Amino acid sequence: MSSPEIETLTQALAKLPGLGPRSARRAVLHLLKKREAALGPLLRALEAVNDKLTSCHLCGNVDTSDPCGICADPRRDARMLCVVEEVADLWALDRSRLFPGRFHVLGGRLSALEGIRPEDLSIDLLIGRIAAGGIDEVVLAMNATLEGQTTAHYIADRLESFPVRLTQLAHGLPVGGELDYLDEGTLAQALRARRPVS
Amino acid sequence: MQVRTTAIICAMRAHGEHGAIVRALTPDNGLLAGYVRGGRSRRLRPVLVPGNLVEAEFRARTAEQLPGLTVELSHSRAGLLAEPLAAAAIDWLTSLTAAALAEGQPHGRLYEALEAVLAAIEYAPSARGWAAAAVRYELMLMADLGYALDLSACAATGARDDLAFVSPKSGGAVSRAAGEPYAARLLPLPAFLVDPSADSDWSDIVDGMRLTGHFLARDILVDRRADALDARRRLVDRIGRLA
Repeated sequence: MSSPEIETLTQALAKLPGLGPRSARRAVLHLLKKREAALGPLLRALEAVNDKLTSCHLCGNVDTSDPCGICADPRRDARMLCVVEEVADLWALDRSRLFPGRFHVLGGRLSALEGIRPEDLSIDLLIGRIAAGGIDEVVLAMNATLEGQTTAHYIADRLESFPVRLTQLAHGLPVGGELDYLDEGTLAQALRARRPVS
Repeated sequence: MQVRTTAIICAMRAHGEHGAIVRALTPDNGLLAGYVRGGRSRRLRPVLVPGNLVEAEFRARTAEQLPGLTVELSHSRAGLLAEPLAAAAIDWLTSLTAAALAEGQPHGRLYEALEAVLAAIEYAPSARGWAAAAVRYELMLMADLGYALDLSACAATGARDDLAFVSPKSGGAVSRAAGEPYAARLLPLPAFLVDPSADSDWSDIVDGMRLTGHFLARDILVDRRADALDARRRLVDRIGRLA
């Protein structure tokens, strides 16, 4: 039997993605046992983020500064812009360290059934960034879902008149994937995107 | 409840961290919803793409319970997502079906018609091959929901020949002779909607979409369902650019 304060902490942690009541209890127990080494630093980190948390007015990324670290980084190639659906997608792509340019977060994807329309996304902001000039290539990095691809096609239409190179992430075989286990849709995409062996 | 059937995936919504609630159109039980455990996993996501044909099993202990759903892919249309026009058409047709139909009401001919239109989208190189069928599907769906248009005879004169307009109020056909003076206030009726053997060109298809769009917005996709019309606007816009 724990105190109401500890119980409240457990319940708050249990609501986080990937955690349930059992794993939240384990996390709380760990924090209580390692008060100096774990609880204190966690508390200070949470407070620091909570105090400074903001949304980048340029790209829509979530960071502790505005413009965010990516937009403010002079080493980033300002001529390349990668458009993603959510902040999680930006972080996933940035983790790979393969894309040297900057990002733009739409804040979702078009969805007829959920009532998400172009004006609900930051598409006008994206067009404004491209219209301002200085961008040579726009990479559409939407999810390979019907809604993600519909959004990509819509943005491609809107950007048709701009003198930028429009590219899209490749679809097909995942790394480590075996043909025997792949669905027809993925195989069809992979076949369509086949390329000459050099 | 236990239903084992083929089904067309119409909508997928994330539920919890890993699961999904899927709505699929079946031949004998109409639109059915079910919870797919692990529906957002790497294995199942490519299966639960709207437009895909699956072998589905819906299981629930009581009729009120949301059934558990297990699916096995029969035929994937996910390869079409890269095609802007095909993706827009699949998005609209599946969204319309999911938004308009009540769950558990049989619509056998709608299932067959949707499967036929999706197959046509898959095999036709351009919208010329399936756009007319998509308009007919919309008309059939309206008829199944009790909002059929009377395109058999002129509402004013009773004439059965040369029907060229539809009244936007009554949904009844109007002959060219009777409707000509009011043409600006009537909706054009393309010949392919009266005579299935008639050819259709781009302007006929655009007229057909304008006709069904008016009644879908007025009678079927109202209130919260009106959101689905956004997908239609994108499709009509694409087809309009081809015309």
